[in-house]
Amino acid sequence: MDLLSRQGLRTDGRRSGELRRIRCKMGVFNQPDGSAYLEQGNTKVVAAIYGPHEIRTNRAKAPNDSAVINCQYSMATFSRSERKRRPRDNKSAELTLHLKQAMATAIKTDLYPKSQIDIFVQVLQSDGGNYSVCVNAATLALIDAGIAMEEFVISCTSSLANGETPLVDISHLEETMGGPSLTVAILPISGKIAMLETSQRIHINHLEPVLTEAVRGCRYIYENLNKIIKKHYEEIGGALNWGTEEYNI
Amino acid sequence: MSLVSLNEAEKVYIIHGVEENFRCDGRSRQDYRPLELEMDIVSNANGSARLRLANSDILVCVKVEIDTPLPEAPKDGKIEYFVDCSANATPAFEGRGGEHLAAELSRFLCLAHGPVFNLSKLCIVPGQSCWKLFVDVLILECGGNLFDAVSLAAKAALCNTSLPNIVGTYEDGQNIDLQISDDPFDTKPLEASDLPVLVSLCKIGNSYVADPTIEEEICGAGCIVVSVTPKGNVTAVLKKGAGSFMPDTLNEIIMSGSHIGILLNKALNETLIQDMSSNVCKQQYGFLK
Repeated sequence: MDLLSRQGLRTDGRRSGELRRIRCKMGVFNQPDGSAYLEQGNTKVVAAIYGPHEIRTNRAKAPNDSAVINCQYSMATFSRSERKRRPRDNKSAELTLHLKQAMATAIKTDLYPKSQIDIFVQVLQSDGGNYSVCVNAATLALIDAGIAMEEFVISCTSSLANGETPLVDISHLEETMGGPSLTVAILPISGKIAMLETSQRIHINHLEPVLTEAVRGCRYIYENLNKIIKKHYEEIGGALNWGTEEYNI
Repeated sequence: MSLVSLNEAEKVYIIHGVEENFRCDGRSRQDYRPLELEMDIVSNANGSARLRLANSDILVCVKVEIDTPLPEAPKDGKIEYFVDCSANATPAFEGRGGEHLAAELSRFLCLAHGPVFNLSKLCIVPGQSCWKLFVDVLILECGGNLFDAVSLAAKAALCNTSLPNIVGTYEDGQNIDLQISDDPFDTKPLEASDLPVLVSLCKIGNSYVADPTIEEEICGAGCIVVSVTPKGNVTAVLKKGAGSFMPDTLNEIIMSGSHIGILLNKALNETLIQDMSSNVCKQQYGFLK
């Protein structure tokens, strides 16, 4: 089976440059300070933020002048088609670290000295690009929690089909039977790269087109999420009369 | 368990409210908070349900696999309960923090379902192969009364579960190879409507309340969890938390729990029937609502 048919269609009917459907909701839970649900195609993630609050873990090692960021990436045992035995294993420990690094580049930690921000992401259903969706969901939840950030952190994946065509936002099928897959997290306004990982070796000549495609995917996701966030706050603000004289009184 | 802490005055206020049979949220002692249930949330599972009991948010998925039966019970299938307390629910569950609660929940759920669930229905070829059900519970938010919420969600998910039909078998000497239907709609539903639900009754002051909130759980002196079938039979009882009960009170609590359990089962069954009858072009909301 080819990843890209002669007509230029992928296994799920998308073209090489098309992303999956994005749907999201901010503020799904009441108890966390911020929460978000995000689905990209069949990959579904919930993220919850607790904080900034006083430091609970490793108080001795905590820096004095900035916030501690604490992450946990966890995958539901039923999230894949094959059942997982444990929700957290070595792989999720690695992803936890990557998530923490990516989010730490954007959060203004120096505004919250002697405090801790907890970022918990939970994969409910997985169909490729889990890490990317988790980063995007964590960004939404951080915005919902009202934590100061330099800008969004947006992540996307891409792969290479038939050794020439870059595919954006790859599914689980394309991840497992395809060529090298690349995950990138960027800060979309400045265009800086916050995290980059390739799954296997990739020819240097291919790196540039694949990376460009992933970054283009990130920008598309950024525009979409930005629209959704603006609409969300328009609705909230509309109910509270934000920006009107009534609210100012 | 959670981040809630109460001072003496708040506790006294809650306890006095319970004494007056008028709780902080306006309920009487026997009332439940609003329940929301949605089925078929996770598409790659054989059955799933998401339940919200006020702020408690539970997602349960049932997956089936083919396994070999145990030698001591060759005609029985298998069922395994697994509870994961996600850190999303409360930071206290981070890492291994939720393991004790998870173990208590899964063990008691297994104990409660055990006497009622007919494992022989899961048998395919006696002594050779059987279905194994994995009931995976994920706690996404906890707003008190986890036992009741988990049991309701688990029962709903099991009622939503359907086993794939077996279309053919190949015999190769001693081994039997089973061929499972590829059609996702070629299934038969798992009969689970006679499973029990759990009813927690928390002792506060001299009386006891159903469906305690987190704040009431903190004020309470011990909690009795009763597992009640739709007919009102009690299959298991658990006393959790610190605090002690007089034998008379215990009897009264179990009787009252059994009464509440019948009503709860009835409400759940009605909802499930309503859900099944409106199966055609049903609007899926999931977490987007």
